[in-house]
Amino acid sequence: MTFEDWFRTDRLPHIYCAGCGNGTIINCTLAAIDQMGWKKEETVFISGIGCSSRAPGYIVTDSLHTTHGRALAFATGVKMANPALNVVIFTGDGDLAAIGGNHFIHACRRNIDLTVVCMNNQIYGMTGGQGSPTTPKGCLSTTTPYGSSEPPFDLCELAIAAGANYVARWTSYHVKELEKAVRAGLETPGFSFIEAMTQCPTNFGRRNKFKQVADQVDYLKTHGVLRAKRDRMIEQGEKIPEDLFVIGELMRRNRPAMGVNL
Amino acid sequence: MTKLEFWQGNTACAEGALAAGCRFFGCYPITPSTEVAEHMAVKLPKKNGVFIQMEDEIASMAAIIGASWTGMRAMTATSGPGFSLMMENIGFAAMTETPCVIVNIQRGGPSTGQPTMAAQGDMMQCRFGSHGDYSVIALCPASVQEMYELTARAFDLADQYRVPVFLMADEIIGHMRERIMVPDKVAQTPRRELEKGVLPFQPDAQLIPGFATFGKGYGVHVTGLTHDERGYPCTTNPKVHAALVQRLVDKIENARTVIADYDVVNPDAEQVFVAYGAPVRTIQQVLHDHPNDNIGLLQLRTVWPFPEHALSAFKHAKVFLVPELNLGQIAREIDRHVKVPVVSLPKLGGDLPTPSDLEAALEAHK
Repeated sequence: MTFEDWFRTDRLPHIYCAGCGNGTIINCTLAAIDQMGWKKEETVFISGIGCSSRAPGYIVTDSLHTTHGRALAFATGVKMANPALNVVIFTGDGDLAAIGGNHFIHACRRNIDLTVVCMNNQIYGMTGGQGSPTTPKGCLSTTTPYGSSEPPFDLCELAIAAGANYVARWTSYHVKELEKAVRAGLETPGFSFIEAMTQCPTNFGRRNKFKQVADQVDYLKTHGVLRAKRDRMIEQGEKIPEDLFVIGELMRRNRPAMGVNL
Repeated sequence: MTKLEFWQGNTACAEGALAAGCRFFGCYPITPSTEVAEHMAVKLPKKNGVFIQMEDEIASMAAIIGASWTGMRAMTATSGPGFSLMMENIGFAAMTETPCVIVNIQRGGPSTGQPTMAAQGDMMQCRFGSHGDYSVIALCPASVQEMYELTARAFDLADQYRVPVFLMADEIIGHMRERIMVPDKVAQTPRRELEKGVLPFQPDAQLIPGFATFGKGYGVHVTGLTHDERGYPCTTNPKVHAALVQRLVDKIENARTVIADYDVVNPDAEQVFVAYGAPVRTIQQVLHDHPNDNIGLLQLRTVWPFPEHALSAFKHAKVFLVPELNLGQIAREIDRHVKVPVVSLPKLGGDLPTPSDLEAALEAHK
């Protein structure tokens, strides 16, 4: 696969900042789709609003760049109207978990046959660095100038509780694992949710003591722990640091799904 | 062949949609429109269509837009509070030129207001409710028969002009039961598919682009951002934005005489009622009770784009009397187009004006 296979070359250069992790995640997603052998004319990318949501605009398939938070509701219409289409959603933490939170849990509940890739940079990047529902407690943003005082959402736990068939979390450091997780999501009938933690050097990193892009990628690498390891730590009575987050495949099941092409 | 039925307005609305080929219905329950959804829930699965109850009206509107891009005729039905929630994605449909039909069985507002009582308070909201400049088409039925016919026509208009089309009914017409002649078949004009070699948002002579249905290999990008004819975001070029928005308005406003649907009764009259929806029925009673008084009636079935040329059918008009279930939303629009006095006859609270209300108005403005 080369980037010319899937990208609208007449739309480049893209809008992402230097050091942004979104390109890595788009690359992993397209690689997984390429491995599936999906045809371009049978694939639709759908998104809401934000940095993550600009991704479909760069991809050659039919694409629907919708309103803030509503991508999953639009995707529900597309997929239910034509189940033969493969529908992939790019979204972000603000788009999915704040303004789109209700659509998110209901799409999980319906377990509709969609694959959602959430680029979680823990900040509103496009609007200049405001706190989001996944901004960790104590982190600085333009709307949490004294440190975020709210507890963040765990998006994967939310997806599991609401009924998604496949749930995984990786980071922009774990590219091979992320690609495999997206592939597993694409293969799973029903709702698949892949959260990709990613760096935003422009609006998160520079306000939160990450001097270099690599510092933030290193943070993602060293603070993500596999669930088995975390469980072992709990068993052994170790204290789990607040800034650790669980990575890996967190759910794979076969609840009845909607919109599956039979 | 037609068959005679005795239907509720909301049933006729659903049946008109089905006859017009609507095969996707996304909704959220709300009084007094719920019967439309209930009827679709029964009928659509039997026609291989999709009925889906969404988590709210924002999602309902989103779902029908998504379905429309796969080539399906898609509709939702709601009332005031739900209509307010739909405004966001109605703007998206206008900007992306997505054909869709929105039924509003109007009830008393603002806010939760009077769920079971009729009103026409959303006439300006359907025209201007979402942010930015755009134009839409709004139809107003005054009978169960018109509920059926106008709903069916709404789909053709939506496809032809690539615009959200509103069926602005009210609780009285929605819940009234009366006789209806149901045709065997409703003629359908399908939307024009995009031709090869033409850009997906490149307009034809009528200012309307061909439709690039998802899944057919067009690789179309659809965005609510200001876009060029390729569909690509182009948000800081003033000329591109001005041309796009002007075209979205002109494609509808230039066609207002073609879209217009109205009836003229007694064109020689000096006193002329102008009405749409349920108040038309009271006027018909007054005309029936005073056959020799030469009272005029302009019944608007299209309210947006406003068919101002219809007003000139009344050459001798000395006054236009406008009974509405709101505080004069369309009376002000009429006032912009005529030189003689326009008298607003508002009625709030959910009841129709009575014949004696209108007779008193005729007497007062002799």
